[in-house]
Parts: sequence; structure tokens; C-alpha cells
Amino acid sequence: MTIDWQHFSPYEALAGGLLIGLASVMLIVLLGKIAGISSIVGGLLQPNMAGQRAWRVAFILGLLLAPSLYRLFSPYPTVQIEAGTPALVVAGLLVGIGTRYGSGCTSGHGICGISRLSLRSIVATSCFILAGFVTVYVLRHLIVA
Amino acid sequence: MKIVVSLLTGLMFGLGLIVAGMVNPAKVLGFLDITGAWDPSLVFVMVGGIGVAAAGFHFAKKQRHALLGGAMDFPSARGIDQRLVVGSLMFGVGWGIAGFCPGPAVVSVGAGSMQAMIFTAAMLLGMVIFAALNGFYRRSS
Repeated sequence: MTIDWQHFSPYEALAGGLLIGLASVMLIVLLGKIAGISSIVGGLLQPNMAGQRAWRVAFILGLLLAPSLYRLFSPYPTVQIEAGTPALVVAGLLVGIGTRYGSGCTSGHGICGISRLSLRSIVATSCFILAGFVTVYVLRHLIVA
Repeated sequence: MKIVVSLLTGLMFGLGLIVAGMVNPAKVLGFLDITGAWDPSLVFVMVGGIGVAAAGFHFAKKQRHALLGGAMDFPSARGIDQRLVVGSLMFGVGWGIAGFCPGPAVVSVGAGSMQAMIFTAAMLLGMVIFAALNGFYRRSS
């Protein structure tokens, strides 16, 4: 392992993390809801969610509008997507099914769950980061190399 | 009022993901590439996010109701089961293939990324498949 100093951006990462944490706190304290994106999106696709739709739609609208607001102040960051269409489809299906089956993703388990010291979320976060490490290792260093 | 707060919260969450660099799949994959040139930035996203949220949740746990009314919807599930582990491993593999997790994917759709739209459409399909299977299993058990 070597450190990629060229792309390492601790201050931006910390600032972004503080905003994410603050938003998660606002949602639980003011509305009593967990800021888990997969649950917020997935909940809209479940039946019998009457009375639980409006706040989810508003939250997702906020996520969708964030790039436009960001662009008012600063150019949008460079985005580099290496995966082709078939890989994006496979990845999307795995993320969609996996986050619902495992009850959460990087936000719900990784931020909100660990902050509550939930053992389930610590286990889930360890599992998806480990699976991510292994997947990238296989794709970048075993198959391509 | 609740709707406005929810919208603003989503906006702040999305800005956080953009500022943190999480909307760039190459950056996320740089973090997941521990055996190559490793970019530890995402550790700092977690430190910042959990640092603030841990204090907030400590306060939130003591509240009987949300400040704007309604119940505190803390997850009720407790045990470590197969669903949690297998689902999280599946998510991790998908995350490692594309570098997208659900939040950044939705934000990137808002930024107009065609690739994010393809990913998000597949993700929504996966969630629908889950909902259908889950309903089926519940009926048959």
C-alpha cells in the first residue's frame, strides 16, 4: 500500500463530513428520522407507506437540488466514472438489493448507526467496506493487471 | 414546516457529499483501493460525520418526541443476522464496482450525469425487486 497524496483531501473531506453529520442530526432531532439514503429512497418503493412519503420526497428533492446550489458559489468538482454501462447496471442492482436486504448503506449504517453505537451498523459497515476493498482489489489488481 | 426542514436537510446532506468529494466515483474507488495508491480522504468524511452525529444522537436519544412533533424513529432491529451481513456484502461489491453509493448517486443525478442515472435506475429496480421478494416471503411464511 502507498498513500495517494496527490488526491488526498483531508480538509474538504472533514468539512463535507461535518455537513453530512449536521444534516443527520437535524433530521433526527427535528423530525425523528434516520438519514439513511437507501431507506429513504427504498421506503418510497414499498407499499403501505402512507404518511411517510412527503418528507422522503422533500429530502430527495434536496439531494437533487444540491448540485445547482453548489454551482452558484463554486464550479462543480471533476467527476470521473470508470465503469461502463453494463458494470453500472450490475453495480446498481447489487446496491439496490443489498442495501435493502442489509437495512442500510454508508449514510444509515456508516454515519447514523455508528454514531448511535449500534453493533448492527458497525458490523454492516465493516462488511460493506471489506467487500468494497476485495472487489476493487479483484477488479484492479487481479483481472486488469 | 416538516417538509421545508426535510428539503433543507437533504440539500445540506447533498452539499456535504459534494464538498467531501464523494460524488466522484474515482475518489471513492481510490479509498477502496487499499492495495494500490490509497486515498484515505473518506476516513476524514467518517470522522467529521460521526463526530458531529455522535453528539447529536446522544442528545436525540434522550428526547421522547421529535422537536417538530412525532415519534423518534430509531431502528428497532437488534441482532446480527444473515440478512444484515449478506446484504451489506452485496452492497459492498456493487459499491466497489462503480464507486457509487445511494446518496452520491442521487446527487449526481441532480448534477445531470447520464451514468449516475443509469446506476440509479438499476438501483431503484433492485429495490423494487427486494420489495417484491420481501412481500412474497412474508406471505408464504
